[in-house]
Amino acid sequence: MTAATVMSGLLAVEVPYWATAIIKMGVIALVIPTAALVLGYVFLMKIMSFMQSRLGPMEAGPYGSLQLLADGLKFLQKEDIFPEKADRTVFALAPLVVLVSTFLIYVVIPTGPDAVVAQLDVGIFYALAVSSLSVVGILMAGWASANKYALIGGLRAAGQLIAYELPLVLAVMGVVIQAGTLDLQKIVTAQATGEIFGWGGIGNPYILTQFVGFFIFLVAVQAELTQPPFDMPVAESEIVGGYQVEYTGFRFLFFFMGEFGTAFAFAALAAVMFLGGWALPWGDLEHWAFNIVGPVILLVKVMAVAALIFWFRFTYPRLREDQLQRLAWKFLIPLSLLNIVVTGVFKVIL
Amino acid sequence: MTPVGEAGRVTDRKGGQQVDQRQQLAYVATQAADARLNVEIETEGMTLNIGPQHPATHGTLRLVARLDGEQVVEAEPIMGYMHRGYEKLAEVRTYPQVTTLINRIDWLGSFANEVPFILAAEKLMEVEAPPRAQWIRTVLFELSRIANITLFLGDMAVQLGALTPVFMAFRDREFVLNQIEAVTGGRFHPNFDRIGGVKDDLPKGWIEDTKQAMEKIRDFCDEFEDLVLGNEIFQSRSRGIGIVPPAVGLAYGLSGANIRASGVDWDLRRDGHEALVYDQLDWKVWTHPDGDSFARYWVRLQETREATHLVDQLLDGLPSGPIMAKVPRIIKVPAGEAYAATENPLGEMGYYIISKGDLVPFRVKIRSASFSNISITPWLLKGVYVPDIITILASLYFILGDIDR
Repeated sequence: MTAATVMSGLLAVEVPYWATAIIKMGVIALVIPTAALVLGYVFLMKIMSFMQSRLGPMEAGPYGSLQLLADGLKFLQKEDIFPEKADRTVFALAPLVVLVSTFLIYVVIPTGPDAVVAQLDVGIFYALAVSSLSVVGILMAGWASANKYALIGGLRAAGQLIAYELPLVLAVMGVVIQAGTLDLQKIVTAQATGEIFGWGGIGNPYILTQFVGFFIFLVAVQAELTQPPFDMPVAESEIVGGYQVEYTGFRFLFFFMGEFGTAFAFAALAAVMFLGGWALPWGDLEHWAFNIVGPVILLVKVMAVAALIFWFRFTYPRLREDQLQRLAWKFLIPLSLLNIVVTGVFKVIL
Repeated sequence: MTPVGEAGRVTDRKGGQQVDQRQQLAYVATQAADARLNVEIETEGMTLNIGPQHPATHGTLRLVARLDGEQVVEAEPIMGYMHRGYEKLAEVRTYPQVTTLINRIDWLGSFANEVPFILAAEKLMEVEAPPRAQWIRTVLFELSRIANITLFLGDMAVQLGALTPVFMAFRDREFVLNQIEAVTGGRFHPNFDRIGGVKDDLPKGWIEDTKQAMEKIRDFCDEFEDLVLGNEIFQSRSRGIGIVPPAVGLAYGLSGANIRASGVDWDLRRDGHEALVYDQLDWKVWTHPDGDSFARYWVRLQETREATHLVDQLLDGLPSGPIMAKVPRIIKVPAGEAYAATENPLGEMGYYIISKGDLVPFRVKIRSASFSNISITPWLLKGVYVPDIITILASLYFILGDIDR
C-alpha cells in the first residue's frame, strides 16, 4: 500500500527520503477515507439493509455505491455551526484529534514485506497506544459542545474506553508471547512460517491457538469503536448521539470517518495478529510480488473480520454502562489474564 | 439561629443554658467550614430535558429529569405539546363525523378508537348492531391491535439499541395493514365503524388472505421470541427494571398489558360489559407475575399471538346476515348519558357521552389509556439510571396522540 517502498522494490531505484515521506503521507491520506467509504458502504448500507429486508441505497451509482460519496459532498456543503456557548477552539479541534488517532494506527499496519509505512519494533504497543488517543478527542467534543447530552456521552465514552483498554491490551499479550515479538511484521512472518505440531501446511495463524484472545479482542474493539452492544456514548435513543450531537458539516464527517477508519484499522490489526496478515503460508515471503498481492490478501481478511464486527452491531441491543463495566472487569480481564497464563505455560513446555 | 444576648452571652433555646460567646463563634466557624466542604464535595444536580423532541418519546412528550450523575432524582412528564382539543371538537360535529376525528387518538390502532365511541352512542340510541356487523367489528378490532402491538415489539427493541427488529416489525405489520386497507380503504384511518353496524361487507377472498397474514404474524412472534426475548442483553436491560407492584399500578389507573404484566388478571374483552363477541370465543388472558419491563414486553408478545388465534376463530365463525341495523338517515341521539369502554391495544379506552337529544354530542369525555399509563412515571423513574428511563418509557408503551388527545 505504500507506493514508495513498492516502487523502490519494483524499479530498484533509490527514492529520496523527502519523496518517500510525501508519497507515504499521500497514500495514508487516501487510504483512510477509502477504507471508511468501503466499510460504510458495504456494511452500514448494504449488508445491514439485507439483514433488515431492505434494499438500501440504490440510486447513486451502481447499486448505490456512490451514496456515501454523495453524502460526503453534502456534509461539505453544510453550514459549520458552533453552539453559542461552545468552547470554540476545543470544539473545532476535537474531530481532528479523533481523526489523527485513526491516522496514526495505519502507520504500523504491514501490507507486504516492504509495504509498510514504518516498521516499529514496538508496533502493536504503538498501535494500541495511539488508538486510545481518540478518547481525548471525544472528551473534548463532549465538554466543548456545552450540551448536557454531549457531556454525558463524553463521560460515558471516557469510562468505557478506560475499562476496555485493559482487555484489549491483555488479549494481544497472548499473541505477543507466542510470536516472541511486538513487531507486527515479525508477527506475520511467525504465523506464516509457524507449524502446528510439526505440520507446516497452513502455517500457524494464531486464531487457532489464541481463539480466546481473538474473542476478547473483538469484544474490546466493539467497545473501543462505540458500536452496539457497547454504543452507550452515542446511544441515539437515549442521549441522541452523545458527543456528536452539536456537530455539523465536515466536522461531523470527520467523526464519521474516524469511526469507520478506526473500525478498518482494528479489523486490520486483528487480521494481522490472528489471521496471518498479508502473508500466505506458501511461497517465498521475501518475494517482491507480495507487495502487490499482500494488500489484497489483507483486504480479504479485513473484510471477514469487519463482517463479524458489524454483524454484532446490527444484531444486539445496547448494554447499560454499569453492565459494561461489570463485563469488562469481572469477566474479560480475568479471562484474558488466564489466557496469558495458559499461553505462557504452553510456551515454556513446547 | 440562636439568639445572641446583650452581654455577649447567648441563650441556648433547648436547655436554656448560658453558652460562652467564644463557643458560639467556634460553632459558627465549624458550621461555615462544613458548608464550604459541602459545596466542594456535593455535586450539583443537573436538570435534563428529555423531549419534547427526543427519539425516545415517540413524539412530543417532555420529561424533566433531575439527575445526580446518571441517576434520576426525580422525573416529571409534561404533556400537552400535542393537545388537539378533541373533546371540544367533538361537540361541534355530528355523531358520524366524530369517528373521523377520534381515529387520530391512537394512530397506530385507529379502528379500535372508533369502537367504544360507537358502542356508547348505540347504548344511548338503544340500537344493537346485527351479529355479522359485530363479528366484523371484532375482527377489525383485533387486527388493529396486532398492527399496533407489532410496532411496539420492534420499537422497544430499537429503544434498547437493537436496530434490526424495528424493520422486521414494520415489514410484518404491513400484512395486517393491507388487510385493514382491503376492507376499509384506509391503512391508518379506516373510519369504518357506524352506529348500528359497519360501513361495508368484507371483500371477496379476504378471509383466506387474512388467515395467511395471521400465519405470517405468528411466524413474526416466534421470530421475536428468539431475536428479542431470548437475547441475553435484552433480558439484562429489561428484567427487574421499572417494577410496578399490582396495588400501585391499580392506584395509578394502569390498564391493558401494563397491569396484566403485574399479575392482575383483568381484561375488558372478558370482564367488560360491551357487546363485542369475545364471550363466544375460546381464548386466554395472558398475565405475568414480575411486573417489570421484560414482563410488559412478554405479555404484549403473547397477546399478539393470541390475537391471531382470535382472528382465525372469528373468521371461521363469521355469521351471515345484514351488516347494518335499522337506523334513521339523520342520526339524532336521544338525551341521556352513557359510558362505554373497551380493551384497546394500549389499555382501557372509554367515551363518556352526554347527549341533549341533538345532532351533536353535548359533551364527550375521552378516557384514553396512555394518559393514565404515563402518570405512573414520576413514581417509577425515581432512582433509576438514564438508560433505564428509556427502557421504562418504551415498555409502558404510550402513543402521544393517546396522551394529549
